[in-house]
Amino acid sequence: MSDFWSVYIIAIVVLNLVGCAFLLFANLRMTPEETRSDTTGHSFDGIQERNQPLPRWWLYLFVLTLLFSVVAVALYPELGRFGGLLNWSSVGQWQEEVDWVEKQTAPLFEQFAKVPIEELHAYPETRDVGGRLFANNCALCHGSDARGAKGYPNLTDDDWLYGGSADAILTSIRDGRHGQMPPMAAAVGGTDQAVRDMALYVQSLSRPSMTDQPEVAASVARAEPRFAVCAACHGQDARGNQALGAPNLTDGIWLHGARLEDIETTIREGRSGRMPPHESVLSEERLHVLAAYVYGLSQP
Amino acid sequence: MNSGRIPSQDLSPDGGSGLYAKRRRIQIKDVKGHYQRLRDTSVRLVVALYLVLPWLTWNGRQAILFDLPERRFHIFGVTFWPQDFLFLAWALIIAALGLFFVTVFAGRVYCGYVCPQTAWTRLFMAIEQRCEGDRHQRLKWDRAPWGAEKLLRRGLKHVLWLALALATGVTFVGYFTPIRELLPALVSGEVGGWTLFWSGFFTVATYGNAGFMREQVCLYMCPYARFQSVMFDRDTLVVSYDRARGEPRRRGARKSSGQEPAGDCVDCGLCVQVCPTGIDIRDRLQYECITCAACVDACDQVMARIGRPRGLIDYTTENTLNGRRSRVLRPRLIGYGLVMVLMMGWFAAGLVQRVPLQVDVLRDRNQLYRLTADGRIENSYRLEILNKDQQAHDYRLSLDAPEGLTLVQGNPTFTLAGGEHRSLPVTVSGDPYAGEVRSATVRFRVRSSEPRSTMETTHEARFIAP
Repeated sequence: MSDFWSVYIIAIVVLNLVGCAFLLFANLRMTPEETRSDTTGHSFDGIQERNQPLPRWWLYLFVLTLLFSVVAVALYPELGRFGGLLNWSSVGQWQEEVDWVEKQTAPLFEQFAKVPIEELHAYPETRDVGGRLFANNCALCHGSDARGAKGYPNLTDDDWLYGGSADAILTSIRDGRHGQMPPMAAAVGGTDQAVRDMALYVQSLSRPSMTDQPEVAASVARAEPRFAVCAACHGQDARGNQALGAPNLTDGIWLHGARLEDIETTIREGRSGRMPPHESVLSEERLHVLAAYVYGLSQP
Repeated sequence: MNSGRIPSQDLSPDGGSGLYAKRRRIQIKDVKGHYQRLRDTSVRLVVALYLVLPWLTWNGRQAILFDLPERRFHIFGVTFWPQDFLFLAWALIIAALGLFFVTVFAGRVYCGYVCPQTAWTRLFMAIEQRCEGDRHQRLKWDRAPWGAEKLLRRGLKHVLWLALALATGVTFVGYFTPIRELLPALVSGEVGGWTLFWSGFFTVATYGNAGFMREQVCLYMCPYARFQSVMFDRDTLVVSYDRARGEPRRRGARKSSGQEPAGDCVDCGLCVQVCPTGIDIRDRLQYECITCAACVDACDQVMARIGRPRGLIDYTTENTLNGRRSRVLRPRLIGYGLVMVLMMGWFAAGLVQRVPLQVDVLRDRNQLYRLTADGRIENSYRLEILNKDQQAHDYRLSLDAPEGLTLVQGNPTFTLAGGEHRSLPVTVSGDPYAGEVRSATVRFRVRSSEPRSTMETTHEARFIAP
């Protein structure tokens, strides 16, 4: 809050309080001539407003309200930048509530942390607690059913970019992953035809029947020798490399789309996928439960 | 009489000067009689009901418990959730119509007979009378200098008042936190700050309102007191003084002719002394009147003593007083009654048809649809399912959708405990190779899988295809 706004707020608050007090005390007594009649002196179109006095305790209520305001202004942040004697803030209150919940749930998570992920995933509590963690932190990209989206892997199948072991999953969530495929157009021959040939070859790995068509067979034959540049990451057998996050190309699962154009785009332009680290977002115990939940998604 | 001018009443003792008036203390005289017996009964009923209700149990739980932290409102076998807010609105509308109906018929009888302000004030006054004596003696004690006896009597009164106020305050909190745990906790001092605060708050509020504020609440604080008068018509029963019969009022006995004419009113002033709001009913209907009929009972006694018929002050209508025919059944009353009965029927039907099962569907927002490796089109949703019943139930989820769309997980069955909520991710899938898959409206149906159960809720959602 800048100096100007601070002063502005202080002025409004103080003027309001002083104004209310002035209004109250200026209207305590009537003028002598008003006192003589039993009207307030207000007259509208010949209709006079009679004086029906308020009970005196009502006046005390007004005074009490003013006192209450002064105390509230002193205790709470109501005077511009002055934070109040109680040092209260909405953020502080939020933090207090978060801390309280943290304290309440700590024993529960401690218990979970003692159980290895391979066992924990079968607990019904994991489905509840882990499911909520997943819905809040993962579902936005992977879908609330965890079946993924284009560019975001399906977590319910057996296909894992970085491995489906409990440790690998936990590492993926905690540290994040950055999968990168460089543009390979030049490496596979540079021409559009060369890219198409390679795309057809890669596609045929999971659909061998494609090569029944002579022109596809020709493309595959042209591309096969150039696959060596791909094999560096995807392996000689094209089954991928989980150490690099290079996907298995033979299982018919296509993270960035299964159509020929999608695969051509992948080869020509490369891909970059980033799973953000959650170390700073979730506590170690929560990561443990979340990993167990994700681990359990693909378990029979 | 019909000058059209409303006689103004001067409430301030010092003649109306000033904008704030000092309060005139009212010491009312206790009166016995037909209407006061009725009031005593209704007051006892109201207070007893209030004090006893939180102690009732239902299926091992406090029968009436408004659990604010959990946002669950238990009323015997039914648990209401914030989603059932409509029922509260209906109940309040019915209560309002009930007030309109009664007020059109018989004026402010609510104020005089069942309003908690009246009820507790009356109890406090009864205590006051036991401790300090009747009106006459109380006025004497007011003037008397402080001595041992005055101190003792006043002290005892305040102790009893505080005890009743404490019972009231604690009971109030007992509607919101289990009273059977609250009471021992209060005794042992193991209550939370807010529980203690609200117990204290309502204790002080009761003590102040019933002990000191009394009629001031009705005169200056209560909104109902003011707007009920608007509902009056010439056929509304109000406490009125029969001027034609009573005037000219004159003290003393009525002997024979030859004297100046005298009405039935002997100007004994009893009707003023017994009035809890301190008005003179002979000045005609005033906004202060809570129709408690204390003046009716007082005057009837006097009339009996001087051998005149009762009813100089009575529940009567303006039309009757003016010698016109008074109709009870009139369009306004019938209208209010009809609407009230209609609303009650609606409310009852709503309660009976209420399905204690809430289903909400949230469609995933990260993508419109998903193409799977095997070419299927999928949409994903999150179902928020809430068992609002007090008992556990088995449920089965199914999908009402055009041919070709199915739930990937099959039709899952699950059990939810009473009050349990489950967030259920589901996937709807269609195979474009087996038939056309189009965008369509689908319905998720959650149904109790128990035999003969009709518990079922459906929720509409949209399936989107390329």
